[in-house]
Amino acid sequence: MGDKHNQSAYNHSVSLDLNKCKGCTHCLKRCPTEAIRIRNGHAVIRNERCIDCGECIRICPHQAKKALYDRLEDFKDYKWKIALPAPALYGQFDNLDDLDYVVSGLLKCGFDDVFEVARAAELVSEYTRQYLQREDVPKPVISSACPVVVRLISVRFPYLLDNVLPVLPPVELAARMAKEEAMRKHPELREEDICALFISPCPAKVSYVRNPLGTAESKIDGVLAIRDVYFKLVGAMKGIECPELSSETGLIGVSWAGTGGESSALLNDKYLAADGIENVIKVLDEIEKENFAGLEFIELNACNGGCVGGALNVENPYIAKARLQNLRRYLPVAKSRLAAKDREAEERMLWDAKVAYSPVMQLDADRGEAMRKMQKIQTISKCFSQIDCGSCGAPTCNALAEDIVRGEASEDDCIIEMRRQIHAIYDHLGKIVHETYAPPAADKETKE
Amino acid sequence: MSVPLKFHYIVSGGDFTSAGNASVQAKKALRQLGFDPETIRRVSIAMYEGEINMVIHADGGTADIIVYPDYIEIILADKGPGIPDVELAMQAGYSTAPDNIRSLGFGAGMGLPNMKRYTDDMQIDTVVGEGTTITMRVNT
Ligand SMILES: Nc1ncnc2c1ncn2[C@@H]1O[C@H](COP(=O)(O)OP(=O)(O)OP(=O)(O)O)[C@@H](O)[C@H]1O
Ligand code: SF4
Ligand SMILES: [Mg+2]
Repeated sequence: MGDKHNQSAYNHSVSLDLNKCKGCTHCLKRCPTEAIRIRNGHAVIRNERCIDCGECIRICPHQAKKALYDRLEDFKDYKWKIALPAPALYGQFDNLDDLDYVVSGLLKCGFDDVFEVARAAELVSEYTRQYLQREDVPKPVISSACPVVVRLISVRFPYLLDNVLPVLPPVELAARMAKEEAMRKHPELREEDICALFISPCPAKVSYVRNPLGTAESKIDGVLAIRDVYFKLVGAMKGIECPELSSETGLIGVSWAGTGGESSALLNDKYLAADGIENVIKVLDEIEKENFAGLEFIELNACNGGCVGGALNVENPYIAKARLQNLRRYLPVAKSRLAAKDREAEERMLWDAKVAYSPVMQLDADRGEAMRKMQKIQTISKCFSQIDCGSCGAPTCNALAEDIVRGEASEDDCIIEMRRQIHAIYDHLGKIVHETYAPPAADKETKE
Repeated sequence: MSVPLKFHYIVSGGDFTSAGNASVQAKKALRQLGFDPETIRRVSIAMYEGEINMVIHADGGTADIIVYPDYIEIILADKGPGIPDVELAMQAGYSTAPDNIRSLGFGAGMGLPNMKRYTDDMQIDTVVGEGTTITMRVNT
């Protein structure tokens, strides 16, 4: 699958099919970090700016952008394959009234064991409840579960990094707990025999595993797509008459699949929950301006509706959410608990590496030089029409000005500017023609 | 049948997040006994609602499931504040649940009406200041 033409396929989770890409401006305009340019007739993603939100995959009318993810077949050499189903998986099925069917179904699909990510989510919820009680942490605390949001904060909102909940995302915690549990239950297994495979709603998690946040190394070995596992799973679930009581997911764990779920689990109504990458950016802008006095917790999800809106799901996010509403009705509030005073377990949940500011938006490392560049950008940008047509290959006139100053584009790339120049040339030519051939009488008339 | 089969559960009131786990245990036991899914569903929903109520409104209590030859009895007993106006409490939509659990979906005032709906008989014995005992029966 490795597309050698596209560097971004290497670190990120989006690959581009050059044959399908028409070089149109849909993704260009949509990208929230202005990471895309059109060069030589097709889209190019700037690695360092991409936050893996998946917007370009969703918007591309030619299906030229594809999410990269792993397949179960790639892991057949492992002795013990553990499925880590995301809470969003439970919302994909019509007429499901019991989570046990999903867990039993996964065991029939080639996995040796299942560890529900919801279990880890419930622990994160419990930890967060305690964390919010502390006096020494900056409020509002911002959720760290969505890797797109954490990545976005690290490139655009460095002042807010201290507000981010320094806890591993539930899936990372789940992978670690699952492996430990497997080795405890099956002492003959060694760590290298086991693989933990996330059944994911989004390509952002693929990229998280390759470039982890908050930890030096992810213990997740592969990321499968919900929509890839779905069909096989539906078949497997059909054959189950009376499943074993095997799901360990409570109401709180299921609720994590949709926006508001993580917040509601805090049993504290001073929260804000927002979703969709554009709303997320707006909210972060406001928090940076300290506009939300009194709020204790901010839950942000890059996808509309939360993880049920991830690009790798099968079902419409709002339908999935309605189903989850039904499913969670008679579930115990939570099934997983932090053992009282288990310092070790708590420590294991925390980030072991700080998420640092990556100044990819910065014009220059030297402040003075950056200011000079900014001035140049402003001067150049003023000459453009500001209609942001995208024909130059940059998302906005201002972005083109920036590219010019960075030495990556030229003023001739602007077709409006080009047209003006052509007109100027025509006018100039016209005048010469006029002066050379026009009858002198006509000239006199106008003067009179 | 001489002695009916009994299951006894303690529902602790201290921690809201552990509410609902006793009904899962009961559901498991009834599945092992081979009851049909519909009966299991009715018993576990009725017990779940009562269990959650004891945690939210009465600081915990006990839950008993007794399996008779032709019906299952569910007894939920607490030493909470009691219900001052049972008729009002039985109305769909009436709730005194605190705000902080409403975003989780509780507090719709549907618990008691659901318990009545899913069972064949329901008795509420309550004394203000002493506690509440709810006895329900699901025919099998
Ligand atoms: N065991 C109890 N002890 C004291 N009061 C109770 C008890 N059970 C119910 N109540 C009272 O009856 C009201 C209605 O109960 P009901 O279960 O119908 O709704 P709810 O618990 O408030 O919301 P929901 O069950 O929909 O989450 C409660 O709000 C509470 O005031
Ligand atoms: S909201 Fe959920 S599904 Fe969407 S990118 Fe974030 S973690 Fe992935
Ligand atoms: Mg109730």
